[in-house]
Amino acid sequence: MRRSDLGEFEEVVLLAVAALSPKAYSVVIAEELERETGNSVSTGAVHAALQRLEQKGYVSSFLGEATAERGGRRKRLFTVSALGGRILQDVRAVRNRLWERIDSHLLLDWQ
Amino acid sequence: MKPEKSSSRKPNHQYAPKWITWFIEWLCAPHLREEVLGDLYERYALQVAQWGEAKARRRYWREVLAYVRPSIIRRQPAVGVPHHRRFGTYPNPTNTVMLRNYLKIAFRNLVRNKVYSFINIGGLAVGMAIAMLIGLWIYDELSFDKYHKNYDRIATVMQHYNVNGETVTQLSVPLPLANELRTTYGSEFKHVLLSSWTEGHTLSVGDKKLWKAGNYIEPGAPDMLSLKMLKGTRAGLKEPYSIMISESVANAFFGEGDPMGKVLKIDNQIAVKVTGVYEDLPYNTQFNNLDYLVPWQVNVAIRDWVKNSQDRWSNNSFQIFVQLADHSAGMEAVSAKIKEAKLQHIDKEEAKQKPEIFLQPMSNWHLYSEFKNGVNVGGRIQFVWLFGIIGAFVLLLACINFMNLSTARSEKRAKEVGIRKAVGSIRSQLIGQFLSESLLVVFISFAISLLLVQLILPFFNDVADKKMTMLWSTPVFWLLGISFCFLTGLISGSYPAFYLSSFQPVKILKGTFRVGRFAAIPRQVLVVIQFTVSVALIIGTIIVFRQIQFAKNRPIGYSRNGLLYVQTTTADIHNHYDAFRDDLIKSGAVVEMAESESPLTGVWNNNGGFDWAGKDPNQDANFAVIGVTHEFGKTVGWQFKEGRDFSRAFATDSLGLVLNEAAVKFMGLKNPVGQIVREKTQDGFLTYKVIGVIKDMVMESPYEPVKQTLFYLGNFSGNFVNIKLNPNTSASEAVSKIGAVFQKYNPASPFNYKFADQEYAKKFAAEERIGTLATFFAILAIFISCLGLFGLASFVAEQRTKEIGVRKVLGASVFSLWGLLSKDFVLLVFISFGIATPIAWYYLDNWLQKYKYHTEISWWIFVASGTGALVVTLLTVSFQSVKAALMDPVTSLRSE
Repeated sequence: MRRSDLGEFEEVVLLAVAALSPKAYSVVIAEELERETGNSVSTGAVHAALQRLEQKGYVSSFLGEATAERGGRRKRLFTVSALGGRILQDVRAVRNRLWERIDSHLLLDWQ
Repeated sequence: MKPEKSSSRKPNHQYAPKWITWFIEWLCAPHLREEVLGDLYERYALQVAQWGEAKARRRYWREVLAYVRPSIIRRQPAVGVPHHRRFGTYPNPTNTVMLRNYLKIAFRNLVRNKVYSFINIGGLAVGMAIAMLIGLWIYDELSFDKYHKNYDRIATVMQHYNVNGETVTQLSVPLPLANELRTTYGSEFKHVLLSSWTEGHTLSVGDKKLWKAGNYIEPGAPDMLSLKMLKGTRAGLKEPYSIMISESVANAFFGEGDPMGKVLKIDNQIAVKVTGVYEDLPYNTQFNNLDYLVPWQVNVAIRDWVKNSQDRWSNNSFQIFVQLADHSAGMEAVSAKIKEAKLQHIDKEEAKQKPEIFLQPMSNWHLYSEFKNGVNVGGRIQFVWLFGIIGAFVLLLACINFMNLSTARSEKRAKEVGIRKAVGSIRSQLIGQFLSESLLVVFISFAISLLLVQLILPFFNDVADKKMTMLWSTPVFWLLGISFCFLTGLISGSYPAFYLSSFQPVKILKGTFRVGRFAAIPRQVLVVIQFTVSVALIIGTIIVFRQIQFAKNRPIGYSRNGLLYVQTTTADIHNHYDAFRDDLIKSGAVVEMAESESPLTGVWNNNGGFDWAGKDPNQDANFAVIGVTHEFGKTVGWQFKEGRDFSRAFATDSLGLVLNEAAVKFMGLKNPVGQIVREKTQDGFLTYKVIGVIKDMVMESPYEPVKQTLFYLGNFSGNFVNIKLNPNTSASEAVSKIGAVFQKYNPASPFNYKFADQEYAKKFAAEERIGTLATFFAILAIFISCLGLFGLASFVAEQRTKEIGVRKVLGASVFSLWGLLSKDFVLLVFISFGIATPIAWYYLDNWLQKYKYHTEISWWIFVASGTGALVVTLLTVSFQSVKAALMDPVTSLRSE
């Protein structure tokens, strides 16, 4: 399985979808990421990332309810697919393994 | 109430900028529109709640721009392709597909009809290129002198005066006029600047000597001319014995070094200090050859005759430039005010001439420089008009071609229109198709024409004596170019677009559709216009060249072969005249030499105040007066009608005169030789005796009558050394030998020689330039017309294939078929000839009247031009008609 096709921003968005499930859509994801990272995140960028993730099959989407703020337009809600979930776990496992190999003295230095 | 104060999440999407909605709706693929717009609105609402409306609006920009990316813009592929599961409006917009189809069809049509495409695109590109070149030329002419910031307020002071019933206008005015203007009319002017003419002098630094041209002028000049100072200030000329030099002169003398404060010598005599370096004046200014400026006071100090002229109102030898004051009433008003500034100061005798002072504004110097009987009659502006009209016509020809061919070809596409309509095209789509097709072709031509102009420009600059560049960075140029493209494209595309698209598909496809007879008439009119222009241009070209030839063939009265002259600014040679002459002749390179006051190709000195027996007291006795040395006649080879040449054998010849024929006629003398002529001088009279009469020598304009001229053995300081080369020595060898002798006697000046025949040839430069350009345009006009005709003829031949087949079967000969196909075009040429002849005659006759010596317009020119046009037409048409007539009727009848 190729993991390299998951970009950093895509990974964060995918995680956010998982975290916000089942009410994950571009606006809340963008807001959540802004809150978490402190950087401004546009819905356009999130939207594009979601499109790519969907193309790769990591998320699936359906149209949700319409609200007044949206001018009566429906939102597209995203959920992490089984494939997406596996990928997230793989990525995490790789990172965990690497983290565990870091010398504890070094970790202390960083604190 | 401000929106952010609302605690509950009220819908406030109405605050989101409306136009952004439109923008997104246009940009975004239909299947994504709902979610994208919804997201944007919701985000906006959230941000308004968070930061307030102002900041939210600013952020909104960035939010929207984040959607400008391919994955949002790209439309969903048509049904059947994955991802269609998403909702949306229609699966795919039709317009891109159809546009692609239009383009494809357009290109296929261009490629299939290679010849037509070439004629169409090539012809239009050439026409546009010509129009652009002419446009550039006109732009250059109109922007002449605009380099100077005070362009609108600068003028020269000129005068009109009356001589023998005619008003003469001249640039040279008396010296004290400057003071008069300053004191009496001072409030009108910011600057009143006395100036010498632009004179050539030798500048030297150490051993380095260069011949440069410049003016003695009052210190306000750099400020008036708004010179861009590279070093020093504009006040530099206020210092006595200073000089301001142009950048190129500074580079020539000092290279990288600093010229400021260095000492230059003028004619190896006057030392001046460099107080400023100015940027070279651009080529399209009057002063483009101004290499240096020296303060006027230097001129007064070094030349006695200038000093003596300070109070002399009768010596009209100076230039005065003025700049109007900022609050001044304007050129006309000031002109009217200073009208009598000279009249009040001159004696009764001179007042008879009624001199009138006026201002010639800088804006008139270049384009409106000619005066006739005291009235400004234009000048170069005539050429601006002439070429402007020619340019417009050439462009018109090219457009006519383009329209003719596009409409002619489009009839062939009636079937395509029928099918498109049958399949469901609506009319507006067909209109769009044809218009975009013709726009495409026009823009291809435009691109080619830009390339052509870039290629031709160096050559054109050469011919037109200009330094023009493409105006790549001028918005107006692009605006004009592109709007012209749209205009041509829309007009030429309009016939197929609006006419063809109106047909009923059933009729076209069934074949009952017929293009009416009248459809050809507009085309024929256009062909007539084309040929009218072409024939008129041919006639014009022939007449311009005949006029030049006529003037060149005029007997000039002396021999210019191997004759050269050198201007001297010091008296070194004059003082050693005999030794110098001996050395030259001994060198073997020279047959004879002499000095003269004026160059061989001009008259620099005019005097009045002569008297002789039988003179009408009211006649204004003004003569060209040229001082010469004894050998002058032998050097230039003048031809005697009566009497004899100056001779050293007769001491009395120092008061002898040689007249030319014009002078004899002017004076009304029956037996000129031996007559006494008296000249009034400051201290009495000088009495001369006529010793000979020569044939008129054409020294000034070859188009004007020769002026009455007196030659005398002058007591002058020597201006020009004239040298007749030995015909047995090669010119280059002779020049180097002469140069050596010059260096010996006149080491201070560089040896700057000019060949009389070359200098004389320059007098034809203006006319030859017009001739060359007119030929160039005429050839192109004919070329473009022929291209169009060729296209039309082949179209007609093709249309009548069946008819020709039937006629052949019935026994028509090739010759009669050729006649059938050609006669329509011949008729058109005859009509154009009929229109062109009177128009050309009228304008060319007017043009020739400008010249006193001019050729006659003879009938054969018209016949020749008409025949030429006819032959060219027949050749062009015959190529197609013979081909059609030779075709095997079986093939032509079997088609379809």
